Amino acid sequence: MSTSDSEEDSYNERTALVASEIPSVPSYQQDPDQPQPADMEPRRRTVAPEPAAEPPSLDRSAVEREPVDLEEEEELPLKYGAKHVIMLFVPVTLCMVVVVATIKSVSFYTEKNGQQLIYTPFTEDTDTVGERLLNSVLNTIIMISVIVVMTIFLVVLYKYRCYKFIHGWLILSSLMMLFWFSFMYLGEVFKTYNLAMDYPTVAMIIWNFGVVGMICIHWKGPLQLQQAYLIAISALMALVFIKYLPEWSAWVILGAISVYDLVAVLCPKGPLRMLVETAQERNEPIFPALIYSSAMIWMVGMANPARHAEPTNQDTGSSDEEAHRSEGSALARDWVEPETQVSSGMNRSYSTEDDLDEEDRGVKLGLGDFIFYSVLVGKAAATGGDWNTTLACFVAILIVSVAVRKTKCWRRK
Amino acid sequence: MTAAVFFGCAFIAFGPAFSLFIFTIAKDPLRVIILIAGAFFWLVSLLLSSLVWFIATKATNAQDLTLQKNLLIFGSIFSVILQEVFRFAYYRLLRKANEGLAAISEEDGPPLSVREMAYVAGLGFGIMSGAFSMINTLSDSLGPGTVGMFGDSQYYFITSALMTLALTMLHTFWGVVFFEGCERKRWWVIAVVLCVHLMVFSLSLLNPFYVASILPVYAIMLLMAVWAFFSSGGSLHNITLLWTCKTRLKPI
Repeated sequence: MSTSDSEEDSYNERTALVASEIPSVPSYQQDPDQPQPADMEPRRRTVAPEPAAEPPSLDRSAVEREPVDLEEEEELPLKYGAKHVIMLFVPVTLCMVVVVATIKSVSFYTEKNGQQLIYTPFTEDTDTVGERLLNSVLNTIIMISVIVVMTIFLVVLYKYRCYKFIHGWLILSSLMMLFWFSFMYLGEVFKTYNLAMDYPTVAMIIWNFGVVGMICIHWKGPLQLQQAYLIAISALMALVFIKYLPEWSAWVILGAISVYDLVAVLCPKGPLRMLVETAQERNEPIFPALIYSSAMIWMVGMANPARHAEPTNQDTGSSDEEAHRSEGSALARDWVEPETQVSSGMNRSYSTEDDLDEEDRGVKLGLGDFIFYSVLVGKAAATGGDWNTTLACFVAILIVSVAVRKTKCWRRK
Repeated sequence: MTAAVFFGCAFIAFGPAFSLFIFTIAKDPLRVIILIAGAFFWLVSLLLSSLVWFIATKATNAQDLTLQKNLLIFGSIFSVILQEVFRFAYYRLLRKANEGLAAISEEDGPPLSVREMAYVAGLGFGIMSGAFSMINTLSDSLGPGTVGMFGDSQYYFITSALMTLALTMLHTFWGVVFFEGCERKRWWVIAVVLCVHLMVFSLSLLNPFYVASILPVYAIMLLMAVWAFFSSGGSLHNITLLWTCKTRLKPI
């Protein structure tokens, strides 16, 4: 399926983007005081190469990293870990705020007109509770298998170095996200507030928004603008998921995806793990368009090739989403999920690479995680209408995401 | 009118807590994490106690209003007790984490003193408790319409905001006093905090007779403020130093 391809493409694109597009000029280095990425990242990296029988370069890098990682861990354990956690709290909170604000004001995203994605073909308009539960479980199984297939396809494509394919796919997905979905969103906002607007003005706005977004995400741009675009894309994707996933399926899918995420990243034979290891082996950074990064480091010709991975990670998320969009509105979303998950997995494994300069290393979080959390909170806001539920979900997500990251860190250690 | 009520009540209820957050907590990531974890602990305690209440209400006759009100009172008392239990649990967790941090930290001693953690944890409890009390009311106050048309009190929004503010501050002071009591192994402090919490709860039952509920709660809040101040190392000497700007106060 093309969607599967896009997923895998996104991963490949990221690496392709990194390999082909590493800028020769350091751009917009922000926040030189940023401490090294969270403790878990170094731990993850050390753990990642171990299980697989990787080529010597990988082992070397793992060995090199280990003492430094341990040192770093001992010296600056909680202080930098805390700072990294906060650096991620802010964008995650922003994304959730955007999604909740939209859900509460624009009624389009909570209207159910019976339309569903092809990934969730079973309807939830059934007579009995048992049937509804069965349908949602079946929907979840289909969705998760699509995600797994796409991820594996992506890993295969990456292994066989089909970089152009991935590259093109990522660009297509970002295009769809930045132009079509934001056009739809703008239209709905105008309808909600009853604002009259003419087509030339809308064309200008969307054109500018989209082109600047493409440039920021896939090439160079101010760090904060790039972060803002990634947050906007994640919010748009989350809104689409909230609209088109039926109620019970959405909750079961959210649960299953978190389990899959843990398994895929931590299992030695997991596709995400293999992707990361292959990328490490080739000393290539992972796709830039699917990963949110709090610091941008563009360095060429560095002794430690691992560092390249970090800046490039930023873009992979967006490309995934674009790939999805090119498939069609309903299909597009699914692609983003696996892609972002893979990217998030890869991100995590890459974040530990930087031993040399702690301060330059920001933290990375896959856009899949943004989307996942926003869908959760958005669904809570849409379902109950009760602000207490939304607030409780928000706090729980913040705490659980910290706990999950720490757990993954320790387990990979 | 509704926007004015919304903003007024929002600032009354959350203004002090928000400023405390901005000026004392936002800069330090560790404090932010402890704050959010404190909020989470309060949430969990509320969840468990609400489960108890929910089961009780579902198992009984929903039409019997007196019984339902009594069940609500019972549920709330259970919730108060559980909140204090979770405050103690959070104290134990923070102590353990602090010891771990101190052992591996490159600085001398732990990164956060117990008093800082007490304040932040108390504020976390308070913010979450206040948010849960007030947010739905605030959202309703945006309109359309207002309260007081069917004989209910027209002061509902503003008294809710005042009560929320008092409760947020009270949770902060209780946190400070509670942790200090646990540190010094003065277990009677825990009992006193629990009793004061229960007293505040029972005063709130006097609503809508607001004079009898709000004024005593604020009196209790002032007393707790004084107790927390002296318990965390403040003294009249410090206050005079502050007023006369004589010398730098020692950090707690």
